[in-house]
Amino acid sequence: MSALSFARVSAGYHGRAVLNAVSAVFAAGAVSGLVGPNGAGKTTLLRTALGLLPASGGVIRLLGKPLPAWPREARAKAMAYLPQSADAHWPLVARRLVALGRMPHRTALAPLAAADLRAVDEALARCDALSLAERRMDELSAGERARVLLARALATGAPVLLADEPAAHLDPAHQLRLMELLRDEAARGTAVIVTLHDLSLAARYCDQVVVLDGGSVAAAGPPDAALADDVLNRVFNVSAVRTTGSDGVLALIGWKSA
Amino acid sequence: MSAPNATGTRAKRPLRLTALRLFGASPVNGEGKQNSRSRFFSPPLAGEVAREPFASAAEGAFVTLALLLLALAFGCISFFIGPANMAPRDLIAGLFSGHGASGIIAQQIRLPRAALALIVGGALGASGAALQGLFRNPLAEPGVTGVTSCAGLGAVIALYFGLAAVHPAFLPAFAILGALASAGVLYILSRRGAGVMALVLAGVAIASLATAVTALVLSVAPNPYAMSEMVLWMMGSLKDRTLADLLFAAPLVVAGIAFLASAARGLDALTLGEEVAHSLGVNVAGVRMRIVFGVALATGAATAAAGAVSFVGLVVPHLLRPFYGYEPARLILPSALGGAVLVAAADIAIRLIAPDGQLLLGVLTAMLGAPFFIWLILKLRREP
Repeated sequence: MSALSFARVSAGYHGRAVLNAVSAVFAAGAVSGLVGPNGAGKTTLLRTALGLLPASGGVIRLLGKPLPAWPREARAKAMAYLPQSADAHWPLVARRLVALGRMPHRTALAPLAAADLRAVDEALARCDALSLAERRMDELSAGERARVLLARALATGAPVLLADEPAAHLDPAHQLRLMELLRDEAARGTAVIVTLHDLSLAARYCDQVVVLDGGSVAAAGPPDAALADDVLNRVFNVSAVRTTGSDGVLALIGWKSA
Repeated sequence: MSAPNATGTRAKRPLRLTALRLFGASPVNGEGKQNSRSRFFSPPLAGEVAREPFASAAEGAFVTLALLLLALAFGCISFFIGPANMAPRDLIAGLFSGHGASGIIAQQIRLPRAALALIVGGALGASGAALQGLFRNPLAEPGVTGVTSCAGLGAVIALYFGLAAVHPAFLPAFAILGALASAGVLYILSRRGAGVMALVLAGVAIASLATAVTALVLSVAPNPYAMSEMVLWMMGSLKDRTLADLLFAAPLVVAGIAFLASAARGLDALTLGEEVAHSLGVNVAGVRMRIVFGVALATGAATAAAGAVSFVGLVVPHLLRPFYGYEPARLILPSALGGAVLVAAADIAIRLIAPDGQLLLGVLTAMLGAPFFIWLILKLRREP
């Protein structure tokens, strides 16, 4: 079943088209990677899905219903968002920051209910951040902050999660851990849609990859098909080395500019 | 934001526990409290690490109560201090009876001054907290962003054209219009993606322009007496305010703070940036509108009543923020209380330092606030 689908969606800024008739289907329970060169429209696609940017053409469906038909609060419960280089502007205590993810489930003045507290603790625990719960955001390292911010997005418990470059600015160990956390989330039935610059992460952790080039879909499908040599050559101007990891998983490394 | 504070928070735990038990039932800061109580009064869940959830909830409640008591205390002291040496007993009797010299002094002079100090401070403190939350920067403040100057300009225009004499409501109305104009410009700039430094600099430009136009209005003032009146008024003072001033300012300030409080939840979400706030179901444009309008109402009415009193909105939220877990929503009402305490205290201080009235309220707050502002900039520059 498709949790989020794009049917010939176009969008842009100030009359300049960034997305041209993009069609893509993002399944529940899978990690879908959005890859493409800089300026290919990855972030714009996420912004359009969130309703931050109106589509100038085509239809976006969230859980089967056209996006504009969703009331704001219901949409917030259905779709969570982790932005690029996410950070907290005030040094909140981590647990309180994660609790912001429960906002769609609460009315204006209601205190955090038991269900909210459980969801916050669970999200922290899943992100290995329970020990950071009482620390202030400015006391944490970049990798720890990234885990807490992911916990914030997970705490919403939305069936669709959009993450924009969550692995950027993280060291290799944190990158791998973060991708594993996204896989865990998908295993719980969530449609995880993640933009990635790192092709090897995309090849290794995504069930499905959509390659964007100049605002159009250049390729889509399982990683080995979507990231085939000719696509990499045409879209990214690189050739790749493919090898097998110690666990038998195929690894792809962008090797040489073509 | 400094490390010593964090250790301080830990050291104070026994105090907070006591405070929690003392005030556990008072719903000062709703959400944290509920949680703290349930954690303290029920056994911890199996396998869970024992810890204090939402650390500063009880501390916040304690500080809020202390601020409330301080505001009331300073309000009372302000009421009892003045050039006419009257016994407190006579003043209280006069306040309720309204008869004789004590009645006139209590009702027409002391009460407006004491109450206006609290109301003006409340307006400025809450406005500062809300603007800082909206711009996500501790340097935002009605004075720094030019809102106060524009409110002053509006009021001076109302005075100059004699509108304030036609109906007393024109003065606050024009001050609010002036505040709305400058807050509106900041709002539009922030919508266009102006960074925080750009906004602060735009505020400086707006303030300079408003000051220049105010100077123009003053220099073509009909007579020197009117000019000196306007100049003194612009410097910020609570001297010689009437009951009418109080009755105009109070409801407008309360309405303004109510607008700000209604947007509080959105400010919390804005901690994560505007796009995440949108994804959390917050109407970001609506939050901006309510804050701009609330700040214009509260600051405009306060400026109409007291002239330009700057830096209160800068200092108070900054000092209180650590007690409320740096959460913008929880900070608004305590900042109103803190502002009331600060302005009432400053107004008492100037009467004790210079009983003849040479020292004006706005002058004192600027003399204390400007160095604080510079210190804050240096501190922020040091942080990564």
